[in-house]
Amino acid sequence: MTLIQDADRKLIAQRFAELTHDVTLHMFTQEHECRWCETTRQIVEELAGLSPKVRAEIHDFLGDPEAVKQYGIDKIPAIAVVGEQDYRIRFYGVPAGYEFTPLLEAILDVGRGDPGLPEPVRAELAKIDKPVHLQVMVTPT
Amino acid sequence: MRAAHKFAMANPLIRGDMVEISEFPHLAVKYAIQGVPQTIINETVPLVGAQPEMNIVQEILKAIGK
Repeated sequence: MTLIQDADRKLIAQRFAELTHDVTLHMFTQEHECRWCETTRQIVEELAGLSPKVRAEIHDFLGDPEAVKQYGIDKIPAIAVVGEQDYRIRFYGVPAGYEFTPLLEAILDVGRGDPGLPEPVRAELAKIDKPVHLQVMVTPT
Repeated sequence: MRAAHKFAMANPLIRGDMVEISEFPHLAVKYAIQGVPQTIINETVPLVGAQPEMNIVQEILKAIGK
């Protein structure tokens, strides 16, 4: 049984056809999968099946400390959305409900290599000269 | 809600996490989350609700003393 419904799969595949760069979803789980890890892994694998440009790479949180360090992962389930470069985009928790659309949009932005921000916002962002960590807290519904 | 990820793409000093807090309840406690969405800037500065991108940038600049 798939988690993403047929009608949605078609729509998502159409959107993924817009991708110009490859996107890798680095998903972090563990051998004895946490409560939501299995669901998260399944969603990531299903998304990867919808476009040759989207790949899923599954990492063991405990067994792959190098990848954990490289992507700065501190809890699971986690997904790093990586394109031509690592744009430091992370999702923690199962990407269903409110997190699902942002995940799709992140894949599209990364696959275009452009976040599509208005010029005035870009100009302000360019003034940031210190490390900034943004955590957006959401709930599934 | 997507601003954090878009901002991360626009400036390499920014990293953007989206966190489903019902799976990480300790973070809801740590950051005293009352409602969602809520954005936490650099572990300390809360930004409540969905806000226009320009507002969020201004809050970030304020948080880093700009």
